[in-house]
Amino acid sequence: MRRTNRLGGAAAGLLASALVLAACGSDDDGGGGGGGDPSRNADATEVTLTITSNAIKGGKNTEEATWITDWVIPEFTAMKKEQGVDVTVEFEANGVDDEEYKTKIALDLQSDSGADIIGIDGIWTGEFAEAGYIEPLTEVAGEGVDDWDGWEQIPEAVQQAMSFEDQKYGIPLGTDGRVIYFNKELFAQAGLPADWQPTSWQEILDAARQLQQLDGVTPLQINAGTAMGEATTMQGFLPLLAGTGELVWNDGEWTGGSEGVTETLGFYADVYGGDQPLGDPLIQQEAQGRDTSFQMFANGELGMLIESDYLWRSVINPDGGIAPMQNRDEAVGWAKIPAREPGAGINGQDFVSMSGGTGRVLNPNTEYPQQAWELLRFMNSPEAFEAMLAGSARITPRDDVNATALADDPMLTFVAEEVLPITAYRPSLAAYPQVSVALQEATASVVSGTSPDEAASTYQSELEGIIGDDGAIAD
Amino acid sequence: MTAPSQTDPAPPGPSERSRRRPRIDDTDAAGLGRGRAAAFVAPALLLISIFLIFPALWTLYLGLTNWRLTGLAAVEPEFVGLDNYLDALTDPSFHNSLLLTLLFVFFSAVVGQSVLGFSLAWTTRRLRPSIRSLLETVVLLAWIIPASVIAFLWIALLSRHDGTLNALLGTEGTAWLLEYPMQSIIIFNIWNGTAFSMLLFSSALASVPPSQFETARMSGAGTLATLRDVVFPNIRGHILTNTLLITLWTFNVFTPYLITRGGPEGRSEILGVYIYRVALNEGALGRGAALSLIMILINLVIASVYLRLLRERKP
Repeated sequence: MRRTNRLGGAAAGLLASALVLAACGSDDDGGGGGGGDPSRNADATEVTLTITSNAIKGGKNTEEATWITDWVIPEFTAMKKEQGVDVTVEFEANGVDDEEYKTKIALDLQSDSGADIIGIDGIWTGEFAEAGYIEPLTEVAGEGVDDWDGWEQIPEAVQQAMSFEDQKYGIPLGTDGRVIYFNKELFAQAGLPADWQPTSWQEILDAARQLQQLDGVTPLQINAGTAMGEATTMQGFLPLLAGTGELVWNDGEWTGGSEGVTETLGFYADVYGGDQPLGDPLIQQEAQGRDTSFQMFANGELGMLIESDYLWRSVINPDGGIAPMQNRDEAVGWAKIPAREPGAGINGQDFVSMSGGTGRVLNPNTEYPQQAWELLRFMNSPEAFEAMLAGSARITPRDDVNATALADDPMLTFVAEEVLPITAYRPSLAAYPQVSVALQEATASVVSGTSPDEAASTYQSELEGIIGDDGAIAD
Repeated sequence: MTAPSQTDPAPPGPSERSRRRPRIDDTDAAGLGRGRAAAFVAPALLLISIFLIFPALWTLYLGLTNWRLTGLAAVEPEFVGLDNYLDALTDPSFHNSLLLTLLFVFFSAVVGQSVLGFSLAWTTRRLRPSIRSLLETVVLLAWIIPASVIAFLWIALLSRHDGTLNALLGTEGTAWLLEYPMQSIIIFNIWNGTAFSMLLFSSALASVPPSQFETARMSGAGTLATLRDVVFPNIRGHILTNTLLITLWTFNVFTPYLITRGGPEGRSEILGVYIYRVALNEGALGRGAALSLIMILINLVIASVYLRLLRERKP
């Protein structure tokens, strides 16, 4: 009998991996479920709502988490109490990589559960909407959504971040722009100017060569590889690609292994190839590589880094950043990302950038759609933004708030005034995340020695596998 | 399973039972009869069906679809036949992952944990009980501390920046997890899982008749000879059981993900991690299901080989 017991134990172990996946699959009606009458429970006097976001006090996006727990929740609860409604709002904090956060909320939504208000990256809107995980705001909370006066304050382009097929799925939280940050102190030591503004890729490489003479300094960090996830595509590949005059998706066609893609991969080869690479190829492979690059920049060990304004306000911010840099205001400079050569960028631009946007959606499965919409509106009121900006400045979606809020911050003003007019956006298409992974793999292979031409043609065939026969690919 | 009777359905009376007692391998030793025996095993079979057989069949079905975590294919998965299986079998990253898994299992479980576990059990068996239990506690700790805590400790140990190991060896800046990812997770897994082998071998050694040790000593046998002629023949069954269990566990283990995430560039991407990446990070759930089923089949092959070896033990 002892032997049969062992056999049973072994069999249980065998099938454990099957169980994990099967458990995900057993809930077949996940997509398209929920929904229902937008006015359900509208008169409830006891309401429980949950907000979730990839933010956690003392960690990732700490200022957002603090704002939600210390301002939004008490203020909203007090406001509703006056109206005679007993509201309990909970905040479900997360502090993980965006990819893992996305997996988590996709699984939540698929099993018809999850928070009532969910913070997502705008780029996920398309695939979540197609899967039926989220629904247009008017479906969830009724036609009253269109009457909200806040929409007038949010520019059309910013609203696009949370829209899919001309339907609004959520309210954008803000937008951002990408620049080259550089350490002015290191630049001074290497004999480079404090108001540095390169006008071509070559000038970036030249500056990096000069920085290389300094001891213990990595000259340049261009995100690459799959470990960095979307940060590779957004902070590395796409702004460079825009500098060759191409976009990853344009006029209904995906860009294959084109000239621009090859040139962009060639830039990676220039940075990470050769006997003396200008960037540290190991950081690209580390599981926590992006955090390492932040830390190195904050420590003055990294000369240049392409990042969004997130770096400025949430990472190296001496007040509450995850890698605080006490002398940030004096030591950190920023420059627009140049096209490959002047005039070579998209629309014949000399400088380029990429922008994304996050936002918040309503969970179609919420028990209290009206109250959830009210809370979401409340979180996007001018008062709410003022309270949030009291912590640290950021570019909000609302023109009325931006007009006063950014004045004190030179970096954010620079992004709002100089970068947003020349920026570009990623396509809000369900296939994009897969294309993005293929691009990350292409950069990874170049960093580990594959020739740009070969990597570009591998990308082309990967792309054909993703898009299939019905999607268009330009050569 | 021995319970459902294949022959002799007649319920034996009390006198018959006493008469038949010496025939131990009779299939109806308990004298229940087919009907009652079936009633007794029905709950167990039901549980096995719900938790093991149904999920396996469901995985088989999911593996035939293009079901995804997000996008259109999340709502209406299409039947794609054997595409997922064919893609998997021709995918270089699957081959890479399978090879890494086999290396991982062989070096960390079959060689590492067994040998280290046995050595610990052998060398500590004559120590004072207090010292021995102290040692066992230390080894056990590695086994029972939660995986997330362990992962953090190992990242701190092997970190390229100010890591403990670099500080000890004076090898500033060596990125152990990047330069030696497989070696790192193999050593980690040996450290992590040795406790089980040690405990199992400790009790196995206790079951070796002391008289045989005496005899060996009297005839002047050295340690090696004692191991070969006295210990191993006595604990062969334990060795096989131990190897079977730790092989299967190690094959399915996921903890290394917490340390290297399968990186850099897939160089420590053992099967469990690979499936996680495909199914959840990339969202290709159908593909992940197909891979899971392949993994189950490999497990079954391993298990059946071991079980055959175990059966041969019987005269």
